[in-house]
Amino acid sequence: MKVLFDVIFSTAFGYAILRVTTPILFAALGALVSDRAGVTNIGLEGIMLSSALAGVIVSALTGSAWIGLLAAVIVGILIGLFMAYFALNLKTDIILTGIAINLMASGGTIFVLYLVAHDKGISTSLNSKIMPSVALPLIKDIPVLGPILSGHNILTYFSLIAVLLVYILLYKTPLGLRIRAVGESPNAADSVGISVNKVRYIALGISGALAGFGGAYLSMGYVSWFSTNMTAGRGFIALAAEAMGRGMPLGTFLTSLLFGFADALSNSLQSLRIPAEFVQMIPYVATLLGLVIYATQEKSKIEKAKRG
Amino acid sequence: MRKEGVFEIVRTLIVILLALLLAFLIVVGVSKEPVLALNKFFLGPVSSPRYFGNVIEAAIPLTFAGLAICVMFQAKQFNLGVTGSFFIGAVVAAAIAIKVPLPAGIHPLVAILVGGIVGGAANFIPAILKAKWNASELVSSLMLNYVMTFLGLYIINFVLRDVYAGAMVSLKFLPTATLPKIIPKTRIHLGLFIAIFMVAFTYFFLYRTKWGYALRTTGLNSSFAKYSGVNINSVIIYSQVIGGIISGIGGATELLGMYSRFEWQAAPAYGFDGVIVAILARNNPLYIPLASFFLAYLRIGADIMSRATDVPSEVIAVIQGIIILLIGAERFLAKWRHKIVVKSATESLEAKGGKQNESAI
Repeated sequence: MKVLFDVIFSTAFGYAILRVTTPILFAALGALVSDRAGVTNIGLEGIMLSSALAGVIVSALTGSAWIGLLAAVIVGILIGLFMAYFALNLKTDIILTGIAINLMASGGTIFVLYLVAHDKGISTSLNSKIMPSVALPLIKDIPVLGPILSGHNILTYFSLIAVLLVYILLYKTPLGLRIRAVGESPNAADSVGISVNKVRYIALGISGALAGFGGAYLSMGYVSWFSTNMTAGRGFIALAAEAMGRGMPLGTFLTSLLFGFADALSNSLQSLRIPAEFVQMIPYVATLLGLVIYATQEKSKIEKAKRG
Repeated sequence: MRKEGVFEIVRTLIVILLALLLAFLIVVGVSKEPVLALNKFFLGPVSSPRYFGNVIEAAIPLTFAGLAICVMFQAKQFNLGVTGSFFIGAVVAAAIAIKVPLPAGIHPLVAILVGGIVGGAANFIPAILKAKWNASELVSSLMLNYVMTFLGLYIINFVLRDVYAGAMVSLKFLPTATLPKIIPKTRIHLGLFIAIFMVAFTYFFLYRTKWGYALRTTGLNSSFAKYSGVNINSVIIYSQVIGGIISGIGGATELLGMYSRFEWQAAPAYGFDGVIVAILARNNPLYIPLASFFLAYLRIGADIMSRATDVPSEVIAVIQGIIILLIGAERFLAKWRHKIVVKSATESLEAKGGKQNESAI
């Protein structure tokens, strides 16, 4: 037990939480934007995976991590719009669309990786770049907080800024108002002249872009290579984080941190003498428990509202 | 009505053709030896009895997965926990096959039944969460897949592991537990009949029982079902539990039919495979074996191609995705469908009008 506390109450652990939260947070914000527009994006997992590969390949080709990041985000946007076309124009169920995207991405990335790197598992033969890490001036010298907050990959700071940007987008801009209106009541929005499909297209594009950032972080920050199915369910965990965050940017940030905590715990405990299977299970069990707790609260809230 | 049914079949075939055309283009685009690659891809599976046997062997677990998804999707329950229940069903069957000595004949039966029960129990979790607290079965079943995978691997690794084997595999099954092979020169096993039985069972359940009727009504229109006196919550639960039982039975059958010890290091993604099969079969249990055969044929073909040429087998991932997207697309070929509906309506009106005129005379 003492070992456990030593692990948790260390600055290295605090640093690790932010590090592993980043991809979940990006994807959860992506889930948030599309969900507020009334479309569930379960293709986040596939988008992240495709973007992770795009980032690695393009950064290796151009020698620039930034162009790799750009490619990853563009791929994310394109897949988001591709989903929108099928879900909105051709009326494929959005859940099926997401499943199709995930299937295509998990096999398609292996296909492309094999063509480019002649390997079906990992991209280490490509000379891909990583995004730089940043030491925050002033903050890095504060005891305890400094080592936790400073020295992260620049994309980790982007993800924190993205929380703020998504908040501003949703609550302080005309587009955000439209997104929320379309999500709350598409018919009402339509009746006042808002093009529901256009707003949803934009929302899925933004959702794809955010997941694209998450994917780029995985292969160009978290680690420096692409490996098959490296997202490991983070896109799905992000959906759970968004649901528990009550569709709010700040709430989503906090629940993402919670899952980041579980993920970091699972990474740190691997050195202890606990069966690896149970340790690896932690993030998923935590998500499941989180969903239950969230759902019970929602239910009692609804019942209270009914009685009141 | 009949014409619309024909339309749906034609539409499905058009989608399949389009998907195959896309595969053709991709193979021609990336391969240095496209003729050989295409030949292996499309004709490889029928080039020897062994390869054709591989197709049937691969179609068996796909049938179980497709049936499980079909039951849940007909109730509009987007539970993707088939991956987890299939895996845990197989693990439990392995435990019984290794640790519980039973007479031949009964042994696999018990292992498969218990595998089914455990698979159903696993799917009960997202089902009860949905029924009681309205938690999304989609997200919870996806999380449960990981939990079941790690739980299963723990059991294999710490309880059933063969420490003298080089890899992380279980002890060998007792010889009484495995399902016998039924066709020489292939590995096609008795599980084929179990799969066919499950197809009949699922069809009977969905279309010939009160429960199945309530389930389908809930899927079509849950408000209507509710006002007609259907207990929606119980449909939510039993549709997912039955889906879990079918996939648990599938996992156990696959394991005892194809393996002599537990060898999986991760859960095969049968949940998503089941979605492809169920969509292809338009959620009709009777078409599930056909859809499974088609998917298995593609996969074995791709596998043979990748071993003989420079084209990786993952090319079929793209085909699978396109099939789901286009078959699911209501608007795809909608204009044509509209024409057919209008035409048959005018025809039937004219026929009626003709009769009325006759009677007037």
